[in-house]
Amino acid sequence: MKSHYAAANSPPPAEGFLPGVANSKLIKHTHHDALRNPELAGVANGETKKMNTFQAVNDAMSIALATDDTACVFGEDVAFGGVFRCTMGLSEMFGRDRVFNTPLSEQAIAGFGIGMAAMGSTAIAEIQFADYIFPAFDQLVNEAAKYRYRSGGEFNVGGLCIRTPCGAVGHGGHYHSQHPEAHFAHTPGLKVVVPRSPIQAKGLLLASIRDRNPVIFMEPKILYRAAVEMVPVGDYELPLGKAEVLTQGTDLTIVGWGAQLYVLENAIQLAQKKMPGLSVELIDLRSILPWDVETVCNSVNKTGRLLIAHEAPKTQGFAAEIATTVMERCFLRLEAPIQRMCSYDTPFPLVFEKFHVPDMIRCAEGIEKAMKF
Amino acid sequence: MDLILYEAQRQGRISFYMTNAGEEAYIGSAAALEPEDEIFGQYREAGTLLYRGFTLDQFMNQCYSNDMDLGKGRQMPVHYGSKALHFQTISSPLATQLPQASGAAYAIKRSGKKNCVMCYFGEGAASEGDFHAALNIAATTSCPVIFFCRNNGFAISTPANEQYKGDGIASRGVGYGMHTIRVDGNDVWAVYKATQEARKIAVEKHKPVLIEAMTYRVGHHSTSDDSSAYRSKKEVEDWKRHDNPMVRMRKWLESKGWWDEARENAHKATQRTAVLKSFAAAEKRKKPAVSEMFNDVYDKLTPNLIEQKKELEELIKKYPAHYDTSNYAKEN
Repeated sequence: MKSHYAAANSPPPAEGFLPGVANSKLIKHTHHDALRNPELAGVANGETKKMNTFQAVNDAMSIALATDDTACVFGEDVAFGGVFRCTMGLSEMFGRDRVFNTPLSEQAIAGFGIGMAAMGSTAIAEIQFADYIFPAFDQLVNEAAKYRYRSGGEFNVGGLCIRTPCGAVGHGGHYHSQHPEAHFAHTPGLKVVVPRSPIQAKGLLLASIRDRNPVIFMEPKILYRAAVEMVPVGDYELPLGKAEVLTQGTDLTIVGWGAQLYVLENAIQLAQKKMPGLSVELIDLRSILPWDVETVCNSVNKTGRLLIAHEAPKTQGFAAEIATTVMERCFLRLEAPIQRMCSYDTPFPLVFEKFHVPDMIRCAEGIEKAMKF
Repeated sequence: MDLILYEAQRQGRISFYMTNAGEEAYIGSAAALEPEDEIFGQYREAGTLLYRGFTLDQFMNQCYSNDMDLGKGRQMPVHYGSKALHFQTISSPLATQLPQASGAAYAIKRSGKKNCVMCYFGEGAASEGDFHAALNIAATTSCPVIFFCRNNGFAISTPANEQYKGDGIASRGVGYGMHTIRVDGNDVWAVYKATQEARKIAVEKHKPVLIEAMTYRVGHHSTSDDSSAYRSKKEVEDWKRHDNPMVRMRKWLESKGWWDEARENAHKATQRTAVLKSFAAAEKRKKPAVSEMFNDVYDKLTPNLIEQKKELEELIKKYPAHYDTSNYAKEN
């Protein structure tokens, strides 16, 4: 089985390529595989095209711009195509008044987007790295999240969607690796979404853009080129607030989101070597806020054991919210303490990344701990 | 309205209030706008809402957080908003409205409508990063927005000479490549004229404009403030005597033969009666139904909110004396 990490002394691959993703069974490599998904019933008779995650995101924005005259895409460097190519071709196709660069100011980007949305337009704003979203925190938490509520419904910014690349990439260090969903999950009024693949990214992004609430769409940047699927070319949405059960199982429930799911897939394979016949129910949470309590609790009521893994640091990470809710509702059913496999509580360290993140070894250890309690 | 509502707070009848004393001439800027020009205010521009036709009842209902408040009782008094009158709901964080005003103006430009955005703020708020963010992006993306700074000399207790070292707020507009004017903020006609010209530039050229209106905050920052703690009563009285926007307007009207003391007294009396009438009516009304606490967080209730709402309903039923809802409207 292929290891995800290069030998200790060699530098990480320049693109931070994650070999495991290409071989993942979670990825839909064929047209038929992709369209077997009941959630894609609306485009089941249509074509699919090979797309990676940035192409899928690009496709979603293209459809959004084509179907909504008020929609604009803006942020730093989006006009030429974006630092991750997510906006390639859009300004040429839709014009510089609809796809345009903003000055280098995240608070300007967020505030501007809120203002546009307050007038009923669709604002698709890009924050170049999730690590740089914090200047916009006041606008997002104090303004966007509260816009409808504080006005008694007179106004709202439902047309606002903030897209931002997030997550570990192999060489990102403190400021190109963060996964800040927990900071925003604590804000009633916002929605937070994390896709795991191209098909998911396109459908969830279209849903996020069209949802009548402000949504923060966090795209795991390691997946931009690493994940390639047969993506339906049509206009489709995937549901927000709904988790997806990726594999059914009876012994243990595992919950993750974004790129961590591929680590978990490999961790399960490792664990099954030690515990043959281990039957795991793997769940992609997809939406962090609001999150699908019902699907997770139904699963834990079936299996009696839960492991949650995320790239963000452990203390006060989103696993804490999931663990507590499951404890409240499934207390008597639990056979073992809930396991949380997360990054250690440090800023994201460059040279120690491999030790810092919850890799497949650590996650496999967590599985063993849950099963052998 | 200001006098009565200020006193109401002092008597514990409403929780909070902010007056416009000393700055009333900004109403000239409201007069120079079209009804569908969108207003993003800070909190000391209730006069623009008054000008547009927000009724005394509507003001009072918001201050009393009753069941007729458009804001459904969710925010402190003076946090008005009205979709019909194109006045975006006020929020407490300062300067957040500035980049929003830029974005809103961009949307208006794209729509093809011949309107602009009017954005009010104080010289204190102009120190926030959002001021810089807003003016810069308004200039680079060519937004039809008027940034109107009420330089009233104080940000709560902080005088202007502790707020900035440059030449006021106007000097900054030039730095962003923006048409800028400084105006006597206590001269209602100067304010009107400046706004009129600014609006032309914004709407016809799709360029942002910065207006700095020099004025003086006669009143306290709010009912939570006693400004005698940081400025002399003499300073305030001197301003009221030497440069009072209301007196200047009245004298001008009198010089035209359009106003006199009799009219002044009669007008004051009728207005006072009207205000007191609305006030009494608003005070009597119930607060919004408690269930309104859970609405409008999102467009629809989410599962967690549905559960929490149910939990609260059960608590209220179980402890009716403690969670007395008799002052709240009945549930729908």
